[in-house]
Amino acid sequence: MRFPFAITHAWREARSSWRRIGLYMGSITLGVAALVAINSLRSSVIASVELESRTLLGADLRLGAGRAFSPRIQAVIDSAIAKGVPTTYVTRTASMAYVQRTGATRLVQVRGVGRDYPYYGTIKTQPAGLWNAFRSQRAVLVDPAVLVQLGAAVGDSLNVGISRFIIAGTVDMPTDVSFQGALGPRVFMSDSLLPATGVLAFGSLARYEVYMKIPSDVTLNAFTSSHEAVFRTEQTRWDTADKQARQLTRALDNLTRFLSLVGLTALLLGGIGVASAVNVFVKEKLPSIAVLRCLGARQSSVFTAYLLQAGLLGVAGAAVGVLIGLVLQAFIPRMVHSFLPVEIGFTIDWIAIGAGLLIGAWVATVFALIPLLTVRDVSPLQALRREYDAITPRRDVWRALAYVSLFASVVLISLWQAPAWRIALAFSAGIGATVILLWLTALFLVRATRRFFPRGAAYVYRQGVSNLFRPHNQTVAVTLSLGFGVFLIGTLYLVQRNLLDRIAIDEGTNRPNLLMFDIQSDQRKGVEDILRTHHATGVQITPMVTARIAAINGVPVANIPADSDGAPNGADNVRDRRRARPEAWALRREYRNTYRAELAPTEKLLAGKWWNNPRNGGPPRISVDTGLSENLKVKIGDRITWDVQGRQVETVIANLRSVNWAQFSPNFFVVFEPGVLEQAPQTMIALARKEGDTERSELQRDLVRAYPNVSSIDLGVVQKTLDGIVDKVTMVIRFLALFSILGGIIVLIGALTTSRFQRTRESALLKTLGAGRAQVGRILFTEYLALGVLAGLTGMLLSGVAGWALIRFFFKFPFRIPVPQLLALWVGVAVLTVAIGLLNSRDVLNRPPLVVLREAE
Amino acid sequence: MIVAKGLEQTYRSGGRPLTVLRDVNLEIEPEGFVAIVGPSGSGKTTLLGLLAGLDRPTAGTVALDGQDLGSLTEDERARFRAGKVGFVFQTFHLLPTLTAVENVLVPLELLGRANPLSPAQMREHALALLERVGLADRADHYPAQLSGGEQQRVALARAFANTPRILFADEPTGNLDAETGRKVTDLMVQLNSESQTTLVLVTHDQELATRARRIIRIAGGRIVADERKESL
Repeated sequence: MRFPFAITHAWREARSSWRRIGLYMGSITLGVAALVAINSLRSSVIASVELESRTLLGADLRLGAGRAFSPRIQAVIDSAIAKGVPTTYVTRTASMAYVQRTGATRLVQVRGVGRDYPYYGTIKTQPAGLWNAFRSQRAVLVDPAVLVQLGAAVGDSLNVGISRFIIAGTVDMPTDVSFQGALGPRVFMSDSLLPATGVLAFGSLARYEVYMKIPSDVTLNAFTSSHEAVFRTEQTRWDTADKQARQLTRALDNLTRFLSLVGLTALLLGGIGVASAVNVFVKEKLPSIAVLRCLGARQSSVFTAYLLQAGLLGVAGAAVGVLIGLVLQAFIPRMVHSFLPVEIGFTIDWIAIGAGLLIGAWVATVFALIPLLTVRDVSPLQALRREYDAITPRRDVWRALAYVSLFASVVLISLWQAPAWRIALAFSAGIGATVILLWLTALFLVRATRRFFPRGAAYVYRQGVSNLFRPHNQTVAVTLSLGFGVFLIGTLYLVQRNLLDRIAIDEGTNRPNLLMFDIQSDQRKGVEDILRTHHATGVQITPMVTARIAAINGVPVANIPADSDGAPNGADNVRDRRRARPEAWALRREYRNTYRAELAPTEKLLAGKWWNNPRNGGPPRISVDTGLSENLKVKIGDRITWDVQGRQVETVIANLRSVNWAQFSPNFFVVFEPGVLEQAPQTMIALARKEGDTERSELQRDLVRAYPNVSSIDLGVVQKTLDGIVDKVTMVIRFLALFSILGGIIVLIGALTTSRFQRTRESALLKTLGAGRAQVGRILFTEYLALGVLAGLTGMLLSGVAGWALIRFFFKFPFRIPVPQLLALWVGVAVLTVAIGLLNSRDVLNRPPLVVLREAE
Repeated sequence: MIVAKGLEQTYRSGGRPLTVLRDVNLEIEPEGFVAIVGPSGSGKTTLLGLLAGLDRPTAGTVALDGQDLGSLTEDERARFRAGKVGFVFQTFHLLPTLTAVENVLVPLELLGRANPLSPAQMREHALALLERVGLADRADHYPAQLSGGEQQRVALARAFANTPRILFADEPTGNLDAETGRKVTDLMVQLNSESQTTLVLVTHDQELATRARRIIRIAGGRIVADERKESL
């Protein structure tokens, strides 16, 4: 079988090109590995969720409300029971738990579960088989964390409210990732025993749920659609196994797609590596290409031969990437174990594998295309003459097409990976802008170095620095790739650091570290006394009145057309805000409002007037959070009628304010002016500060003994839990960012390796002229140091800008630059560059000049 | 075999025109052996490039084997070279990534469909050529593993692989010591007469030049002498 010349030649040359640009294909490998791992993980997680959707919900249908079911909902449930639908109840709330033996207290989530819960799946317990038995006794099953945090053991007695239980064992069940999940570990008891504990009487965090087993989809759909209107007017949320799986799938899909963007970035970085490698590779190949042309090879066959090589190496690089990706896929679930609601099996996702191979090969080829176009412009005459610099790249339609297809590829791959097309476009635009900025900065720095050249410095340093702008230099390519790596890492770090700073509770100041809620009006004095005897400082007590919106501008809520059910989330929210309808969740939620005379320190008045002067006629004035005003589609002067536990109160919006929700302090959507709600049924929230972990838990213990209904949270503990969550998220991101760093290093090694040939010759020449080993070493050291410093600086400056923009405009927080850490990153990059550069040049330093000069002939 | 009329070549150097060749008229007979000699910068390499169709002249025409090169596109000239022209260079220019036998195979493979040989026959042919230049045992060595003389012998084998009508040689002994140079020259002359090729060589090696049947002297871009010998 005879192949065209291009194929035969590509195949033969690839054997040795492999050594030269194989390294660069390593950067394709890394990107593909990250993408395959994330995409495979996504499909196996989603498959698991879909497969186990009923087990996840525990039933076919769940109804849930923030207060005991209304008579109309109860009637629906009763009629279902009458038709023989298996039905069971679960009530969730939060309460203080107290272990007598150790004296430790902790806020826990209490779950009163009905006899038949769950209908699908089994709940593993330790000791085994307790789930169906424990409810017949005065016993509880707890999360292992309860034992750890309270210093308790199985068999201890646990006080919840005014009741006492025996801890029968622990459950092994994934926790929900939510702020509520961070509030405390779970305690399960029989739902028949929950009312007697008294925690429901005041519990502001109670949630009532009923689970039904309706296996037939037809019956289930008929049931939900015939009662949907009632659920809505009665503010009852309904979830089917499918609906919940869909929401979970969407959330996981979004999450993994965001992660895959980090992987994609690594791949694009690899692409830049390929482009810069091929650029140098082509320059080295010019003599061979000229000879081939002399011997009668056509432009197109030479070009095809090299393009085939790039594609071949791309496929090989991608194939290795797929293998690594599969290993990672098995490994990542361990890192994110506690986030995932289901056990993840290892499944081979052929689509992800195929896509990885295709994308890897494609990225390698398309990035190689632009430097390879130069191959067409090699004249056969150059085999006779040795002026290879003379090539001026043709600016023709093919070159333009190459750029267009490169750009289009980035956009298309982003569209395929990103959670939404807006994000894909923003991502592509961001990447494009960054590359252009990096390129411009690199050019500027090279210019500036030449302009402010250290003319007075010793020869070796001048020579080293001038290597940066000699012909065939790699400065811009290295700056681009290395700078891109630094930029990515720097930006990730800046965003993470600023976000963590934002939610951190500063231990050194007088910020409160203890939060108490569900304090009844008549308990206020007693709680204040306990705080005083424990010498707690900064005590701040805020009243809280629960209410619902009855009407806006006289139109009852039931008659206001609203958008989409369910909680707000990401992409939907953006879309919904553009429409003119208020959002359903904002209309129907239960509000916890307060009243006070002044603005709080965490608030800022944005529009309208604060109530500094007394009201003269008209309805009472309220202040509304600006975000909520957008969700409700209301403005200053609009009237909101509140249903304050049965009594209607009409109010007028006097002003809009912004609230810093990230701050741990009692924040409210709606604030009433004083003199309106004082007599309404209300509970209090108290904030205080008490130094010392032990002292704080003693205070909590005294509080729970005196007032079992009052829940208190040690914010230090919450802080640790949140830090843990943020840590795990950032660990995954950092893990993926690591691929970018590794990619950057590979690009760096490769760039230095390809220019080694030239350096070797130069150094040999210098040695022949009398330079010592140390002098040659110093020249190389200076060059690499300058390269590392410039690339690091470029990436760092740009990451500063990107981090600032993200924090300031996306997260809307004030921005702070962690100077020492960024400087460390900079120094680290410079050191790494020098280390890799010198390691790479051992040869240059050690070989006798004659050998090298002979070779160069 | 080669007819050049009114050849002129002007390059732009630093923005100013630089005429390297002017009014060169030349006719080289089939199976001829011509040496082009002259001092550095006299334009001899430029002339070789134009005669081989590696570049287009500013003015004038070149016809090789009856084919006017000026009427061909770049790719058509390449195809023409693949079929009828062989090259030997001063710095050998073997492809460093290919073994000796693979280097010899390149011209055959470039012929594509115009080449009647099967891959096995091609390889056999290439090995026979390597044997002819005395390197049968070095077939699978890479250029870096060969001495200069060996490399130039591989280059000779490559030059004759496509049985060219015309062989162009640019300072073929320029990078070799006298002894090796002489051996390579002998080999080249033998191969030339065996395969009845027209040989055009550029050199300033007097000894090599005297072996040609015709010596064209060039200076300042013009032919200044054209000497023919009746016998070797």
